[in-house]
Amino acid sequence: MAENCRCFSGGFPMNAKIIEVVDETKTGKRTLLFDKSFENMRPGNFCMVWIHGADEIPLGCAYENGVTFQAVGPATNALFELKAGDSVGLRGPLGTPFTFPEKGEEILIISGGIGAAPLAPLAEKSKEIGADVTIILGARSEADLIFEERFSRTGKVLLATDDGTKGRKGFVTDVLAELDPAKFHKIYVCGPEMMMKFVMKLLIEKEALSKAEFSMERYFKCGIGVCGACCIDTLGVRVCKDGPVFKAETLVDSEFGKYRRDASGKRIPY
Amino acid sequence: MVYLAAGVLLKNPTLLAAGILGTTGASMTRMIRNGAGGVVTKSIGPVPVYGHANPSMVTLNADGGKGQTFGYLNAMGLPNPSYGEFKQEIEFAKKNGDAPVIASIFGGDSKDFTAVAEGLLPSKPDAFELNLSCPHAKGYGADIGSRPCHVEEITAAVKNAVDVPVWVKLTPNVADIKDIGLAAQAGGADAVVAVNTVRGMAIDIYSGWPVLGNRSGGMSGPAVKPVAVKCVYDLYDVLEIPVIGVGGVSCFEDMIEMMMAGASAVQIGSAVYENEHIFTDVWSGAQRFMKENGYAFDELIGMAHRRK
Repeated sequence: MAENCRCFSGGFPMNAKIIEVVDETKTGKRTLLFDKSFENMRPGNFCMVWIHGADEIPLGCAYENGVTFQAVGPATNALFELKAGDSVGLRGPLGTPFTFPEKGEEILIISGGIGAAPLAPLAEKSKEIGADVTIILGARSEADLIFEERFSRTGKVLLATDDGTKGRKGFVTDVLAELDPAKFHKIYVCGPEMMMKFVMKLLIEKEALSKAEFSMERYFKCGIGVCGACCIDTLGVRVCKDGPVFKAETLVDSEFGKYRRDASGKRIPY
Repeated sequence: MVYLAAGVLLKNPTLLAAGILGTTGASMTRMIRNGAGGVVTKSIGPVPVYGHANPSMVTLNADGGKGQTFGYLNAMGLPNPSYGEFKQEIEFAKKNGDAPVIASIFGGDSKDFTAVAEGLLPSKPDAFELNLSCPHAKGYGADIGSRPCHVEEITAAVKNAVDVPVWVKLTPNVADIKDIGLAAQAGGADAVVAVNTVRGMAIDIYSGWPVLGNRSGGMSGPAVKPVAVKCVYDLYDVLEIPVIGVGGVSCFEDMIEMMMAGASAVQIGSAVYENEHIFTDVWSGAQRFMKENGYAFDELIGMAHRRK
């Protein structure tokens, strides 16, 4: 953590200046790089990004000093307005990260859309450790694909786009269906919940769920494990602290894929 | 062994405080499994509320932020899905946990309060805790809870509407908390819970912005404990009804101190940040302390008042 960090266990925002804005796609997926780094960041960690005067939201750490996000709502739209030289508040690195593979292990990374953000540093770290990395990278179309080059430097990338503009036409599950998960030691998944739900179904069928870790998304209020807004049924575990990365087996029979709660705590079915 | 505190049979005298991990039935059940002797729900109101913008909770640390955490500042803004939606969460915790569930409720007036209490009754909460003390919600909480006449009227109205104990949670942000405690007692409260958070604010000096989305909020954690101990002490002096102590309890020593000031039980909130098994740790430590010093549980309550 940077020396002037005021951030004890991620509890108080650290002021960070945006030093670079990178448009990953023309469809509103963008990376912001900061002048401060989370040197103790582990892939799967997230940080709370405070957009002054707007809101504070959780974003997966795509770099030690950067986040990658998609403009989808008021907070991310406000973040999209910021330019190099502007500052935000950062709390992090927060949450339970992915488990690292061991040297020589074969791993499979399944990424859907913006889910690539925490998975790209995981792929890089895994390669560094000496694991053999295969990535199924999915997006709506070629124009929505992110980190293709970043992933391809770490291992074999199997592409899938919904409309077939690049790679295989179809979903990540169509690619997964043709692979033999038995050969992988670990499987890491992040993407839209419906995508992860179908990945889970396939992994159960192929008896490979015990190897998988899923990164979850829920509405976060405090972000530090106290308020309970992001607790998931029926274990009552907190996505912000006990997660966002969970062993996939713990999500079976949970609210995963069925419903989530909005900021008031009301259940919203998928 | 069970503990009768303020009309409720507790598994042990450490309760989960309102607003902490109390949004879902599953989460409250998990806290019961982690040793809570009872749980208080998130404050529930008459209509869905989405809460203040984030940041809604930060830690406060010494030495310009690099040092030890001495407190927490929050302004959640009473987010809740309203009583209709929340009944299923209480039902879940009642079904899956083996400790009492106390429903924290709020409203703008006695009509709101009784509507929420009556609305939640079918889910069978073991008691109600009236939130007359949230420091950062306009027209709710401490806005009405700092006026004795409102406190008495609202307490009496809820008491009249329900057949389970009614606790009143008090704000320390008043000239004299005894007046508010006496008003709750006059309204028929079975206990008072002291205290809610202390009004506070933090500014990020590197950007100049107030840190909380609501600009200011309420402080909790170790630094507010002496404030809470003094409030509990003063309330114990003037009230006939039990006092439940809350504010900065994070170790067994804090619990013993709170009891010596006059608390019959304690609630624990922010301390779950450091340790989610805090209830077991505090209660086992307190039992060890009582054994080592030859104190009976009841003897500890208000002991400091008899030392003069």
